Amino acid sequence: MSDAAEKSPLTTFREHCENGELAYQVTADGTPVYYPRLAAPGTGETGLAWKVSAGLGTVHATTTVCPRGGEPYDVSLIDLDEGFRMMSRVEGIDPMEVAIGMRVKMRMIPGADDTPPYPVFDRAEDA
Amino acid sequence: MSDLRGNIAIVGTAESDLGTVAPDMSPIDLVAQGIVRALDDCGLELKDVDGLFAAMSQSRMVALSTAEYLGIQPSYFDSTQIGGSSFMAHITHAQAAVAAGLCEVVVVAYGSTQRSVSRAAASAREPNPWEDPYKPMQPPSSYALAASRHMHQYGTKREQLAEVAVAAREWAKLNPKAFRQEDMTVKDVLDAPIISYPFTVRDCCLVTDGGGAIVITTPERAKDLKQKPVYVLGTGEAITHAMISQMPDLTVTGAAISGPLAFGKAGVGPADIDVLALYDAFTVNTMLFLEDLGFCKKGEGGHFVSGGRIAPGGELAVNTSGGGLSYCHPGMYGLLVLIEAARQIQGVCGERQQDGVELALAHGNGGVLSSQCTVILGSAATL
Repeated sequence: MSDAAEKSPLTTFREHCENGELAYQVTADGTPVYYPRLAAPGTGETGLAWKVSAGLGTVHATTTVCPRGGEPYDVSLIDLDEGFRMMSRVEGIDPMEVAIGMRVKMRMIPGADDTPPYPVFDRAEDA
Repeated sequence: MSDLRGNIAIVGTAESDLGTVAPDMSPIDLVAQGIVRALDDCGLELKDVDGLFAAMSQSRMVALSTAEYLGIQPSYFDSTQIGGSSFMAHITHAQAAVAAGLCEVVVVAYGSTQRSVSRAAASAREPNPWEDPYKPMQPPSSYALAASRHMHQYGTKREQLAEVAVAAREWAKLNPKAFRQEDMTVKDVLDAPIISYPFTVRDCCLVTDGGGAIVITTPERAKDLKQKPVYVLGTGEAITHAMISQMPDLTVTGAAISGPLAFGKAGVGPADIDVLALYDAFTVNTMLFLEDLGFCKKGEGGHFVSGGRIAPGGELAVNTSGGGLSYCHPGMYGLLVLIEAARQIQGVCGERQQDGVELALAHGNGGVLSSQCTVILGSAATL
């Protein structure tokens, strides 16, 4: 029997994205792992289980990128309630209004011809 | 203290051409120029070189390109590439290689034409599915995210970040080779175009061409050369992450690991250091490294750098060359950080020379606060 991986972690992640789901992994003891990997950091544990996040989180760090000649946009690090951190973008408000500690909720940007779907966040007033 | 304390000495240093170099110069042209000048600085010759250390973004196999260009066949070579701190790592590796008898005359070299060919051309981005969709402006956005945390947790102000840039500029005015020397105030920094908030363009390092080389040998061979030897007393290396989203704590860098390692091996502490050369890719770096290396408490960096404390005439001489912010930043600036620290001990820094420098600390940063390497250098009196 081959021990070759059938699917890359990225492929599985993107399949979840196609279904509107933000997926992450957990180790046997429940420690969340993100970005998805073939082996857990620190232990090398393989066969990590996949889970789907509820999509609620808190802004951990934020910056507003001001490209020359373009519109400013947000880049933030989001701490998901399940205990993992990811880079993403908070949309729907002035990027300078995005603040550390702000509660946010995931929304999936659908894929297009040359771009796979990817998760962004909106401000969550009462979450 | 380490058995390797003082087992090698920096004996020659040289910058290649800096700023905007002649058209169609290659990064290996600059490496070769730096090596030949650094050998001339100490009185050694190309045929003496048996250890070659180099790293850059513009040549994947820089040891090969360099050895071929210069017609040398070093018995030992090392192209460790961990970003701008690579050259501090090379110093540690040179200590080990010389101790193991693998080489005796080492050159550490760098070259970049990133201003001439554009940063995008000089440093190709690796595809990253976890960050690319969000278009962070790299590297500024990663450092800006770290700065946002420092501001949130410790109340650090943009004005305090700007103080770092102004201090660097004041030092640059004393360095004839500095790229930027015009007057600049805190207000000028704050009013400059925003790159990635809280950073304006003046919170960000320069984009220049440049490079250089350092010649290292044993204390025995160092005795008969032209320059005062600068001994490597202690070093530390740390890697904490590659992507900023994976940094364990955005307000604590690997300098909190590499610093104590280097101080421990050198048998000295922060209070003993006369001059600091810290890799200031962005204004927040200087603050983070002052904290993590033990020059002030965590969170007090903003207060510490205020009021001209790290500027010429201040209490602590930091980045006397003008730093990556105002002197030169050719992409992987760590080699030039080492050169300034060594030259302060040699006493050859002209108008910006500090009095009685016996101990200097050079700290390198690579990636997005990812690799941190500290080197403590000393004069013969510190052995």
